[in-house]
Amino acid sequence: MSEPAALSLVSAVLLPFLGVLLGLAFGGRHVRAVALLTILAGLGVVISIAFSFIQSAQPLTYLLGGWAPPLGIALRADGLSVAMMLAVAVVVAAIAAYAWKDFVPDHDGAEKRAPFMYWLLLLAVWGSLNLVFLSGDLFTLYVALELLTFAGVPLVCLDGRGETLRAALRYLLFALAGSLLYLLGAVFLYGAYGTLDIAQLAVLVRPEAIAWTAAALMTAGLLAKTALFPLHIWLPPAHAGAPAAGSAILSALVIKGSWFLVVRLWFDAMPGVVTWSAAQLLAALGAMAIVVGSVVALRQERLKLLVAYSTIAQIGYLFLMFPLAFDAAGTVLAHGAVMDAGVLQAISHATAKAGMFMAAGLIYASLGHDRIAGLAGVARAMPITVLAFALAGLALMGVLPSGAYLAKKLLLGAADDSGQWWWTIVLQGGAAFTAGYMVLVLACVFRRPAEPVVLVKRVSKLSEAAALLLSVCSLLLAFTALGPVPGNLISNPLAVKELLTTLAVLFGGVLLALAFSRQPLLAASIRGHNGPAIGRVLMMWASAFESLDRFARRWPVAALALFILAACFWMLFSGLPAL
Amino acid sequence: MTTAMAFGLCAAVLIGLGVYGLITHPQPLRKILAFNVIGSGVFLLFGAIAYRGAGAGMPADPVPQALLITGIVVAFSATALAVAVLLRLHDETGSASLSAPDAEKPANGEHDA
Repeated sequence: MSEPAALSLVSAVLLPFLGVLLGLAFGGRHVRAVALLTILAGLGVVISIAFSFIQSAQPLTYLLGGWAPPLGIALRADGLSVAMMLAVAVVVAAIAAYAWKDFVPDHDGAEKRAPFMYWLLLLAVWGSLNLVFLSGDLFTLYVALELLTFAGVPLVCLDGRGETLRAALRYLLFALAGSLLYLLGAVFLYGAYGTLDIAQLAVLVRPEAIAWTAAALMTAGLLAKTALFPLHIWLPPAHAGAPAAGSAILSALVIKGSWFLVVRLWFDAMPGVVTWSAAQLLAALGAMAIVVGSVVALRQERLKLLVAYSTIAQIGYLFLMFPLAFDAAGTVLAHGAVMDAGVLQAISHATAKAGMFMAAGLIYASLGHDRIAGLAGVARAMPITVLAFALAGLALMGVLPSGAYLAKKLLLGAADDSGQWWWTIVLQGGAAFTAGYMVLVLACVFRRPAEPVVLVKRVSKLSEAAALLLSVCSLLLAFTALGPVPGNLISNPLAVKELLTTLAVLFGGVLLALAFSRQPLLAASIRGHNGPAIGRVLMMWASAFESLDRFARRWPVAALALFILAACFWMLFSGLPAL
Repeated sequence: MTTAMAFGLCAAVLIGLGVYGLITHPQPLRKILAFNVIGSGVFLLFGAIAYRGAGAGMPADPVPQALLITGIVVAFSATALAVAVLLRLHDETGSASLSAPDAEKPANGEHDA
C-alpha cells in the first residue's frame, strides 16, 4: 500500500483528536475556528481515502509501526468502513454548520463552557467513530467504543440541568455495563485463540462453547450501547434532554458506532459462529423496537421526545438485515446486497435523523417550547424548517428516491429469495409506523392557529439550510448508491404498483396516527370516555405499550434483560433448542 | 487445582458479585463500585489467561498485560467521569438518585401487556 494512502488512514483518526488538543490549547475564543479547520481537513482526508479505495479496488490496510497482528495493530478500510466514514464526515460538517451560530464564545471574548465543550466533543465523537470504522482489532474497537461513550455522555448534559445530568449518568452507567460484557467476550476470544485481530479470528474461530459465550456477551453488550429495545433505558431522556445540535450527534452518529461493531462482529469476525436462529432473535427485537418505539412516539406530547422515540424504532429497523443476510440454506452469513442495504439504511437514517432533530431544535428555539399540541401555524411561520422535517420524514419512510427506499427494496428481495415472508410484513409495516408520526406532526404544523404564532427568537438561515441539506441528502441517496447496486431496482416512481405501495403506507400511517395519538387529528375524534368501543380498545392498547416501555426502562428490568439476552444468544448460537 | 484455575475462579466470583450489585443497588455510587468490581474480575481473568499463555502457545503471554494496562486506564477514566457527573448531579438537585423525584410509577397489572 502506498505511503500517502497509509498516512491518510492514520490521519483520519488522528486529525479530529489533534483538533481537540489544539482547541484545548487555544481556548474558548478560537475553538470554533479550530473545529472548522479540522472538519475541512478531515473531509479532505476522508475523500482521499475513498478515492484511493476506489482506485485500488481492495481494502486498504495499515500496520501501526510495521508490526503485524497478533502482536501489532492493523487499521483496515473496506467498503463498509469507507461508506460509513464518508457519511459521518458529511453529517459532522452539516451539524457544525447548524451549531455555528448557537455555540459561540461571548462577544467580550470570555470563555463560555458549553460552546467550548461542544466543539471539542463534536471532534472527539468524530475521531472515535473513524477509529471504530477503521480498526481491525477487537481491543482497539473496545477503546474506540469507550471513547465514543465518553464523548457522547457530556453532550447529553451540556446545559447542566439536573434532569439532563441524571439522563447522562443513566446513559454512562448502562453503557459501561454493556462495554464490560463486550470486554469479557474479547478476553474469552483471546484466551481461546490467542489473537484479537478480526481477519485472523475469522479463520480461527470454531463453533464451540467459548466462541458462543464470547459472541453472546459481545452482542448483548453492544445492543445495550445501541439502545435496541428492550435495552433502550437511557435513550429517551438522553436524546430529548440534550441541546438539538447534541441530539443530532447522539442519534445520527453515536449509536451507529456500536451498531457498526455488531455488523463487524457478525459478518467479519465470527461468520461461522452466529446462527440463523440467533439472527431471527436479533431481528425480532428490532421488530418489537419498531412497534413499541413508534406507538410510544405517537403518544408523546413533546416534539423532541417524539423524535427520540422514533430513533428507537429506527434502530430496530437497522437490525432487520441480519436474518436476511443468510443464504437460502440458512447456514452462511454472507456479505452482499443485504449488507449494502443495511449500510444504506444506516446512512439514510444518520442523515435524515440528524436533519429531523435539527428541525425539531429550530422549532423549539423559535417557539420557546416544543409541545406538539402548540405547533399550529408553524408551517407558515417557518416554512424551510417544516420542509426539512417533512423531507426527513419522507426519507425515513422509504419514499422514492430515498436511500431507505433502495434499502427496503433490497431487503424485500432478500426476504422473498430466502423465503422469510414474515420480515416482509415487518418491513412494510415499519414504513407505515414511520408515516404515522410524520402525519401526526405535519397535521399539527399545518393547522390554522387560534392566535398568531409568536416567534421568540429568529433562527439562523445557516442552521435551517443545514437541516434542509441533510434531509435532501437522505432523500436523494438512492442516486448516489446506484453504482454498487443493480440499477433495475429503481422502477418508475409513477408506476401504478409503486404509487399504490406509497399510498398504502401513507394510509396506514394516517390510521395509526388516528388510533394512537393524543392530539385529535381531525376536528372530531373517535375516542374519549363516551366514544365507541373501538376507541376504548385502542386506548387500552396505547396505554399497554406505554406501560411496557416504562417497565422496560426501569433499571433492574433493563439490567436483567441485558443478561437474559446474553443467555438467549448463547442458547441460539449453540443450537440448544431445535428451531 | 492449578494456579491459573484459582485465579479464574476468583475472577468469576468478582464478576458475579459485581453483576449482582449492578442489578440490585439503586444508588448510582454503588453501581459505579459494582462496575469497578466487575472490571477487576475481567482484568484478573485476563491476567490468568496471560499466565496460562495457552492461546499464544507460549509458557506466559505478554500481550494481555499490555491490553490490561489500557483497560485499567479506560476503566479509571470511566469511573472518574461517572463520579464527576454524580457529584454535579448532587450539587444541582441535592439528591444522588437515578430516578426523577416525580417519576411516574407504572400502574399495577399492566406489566404483562
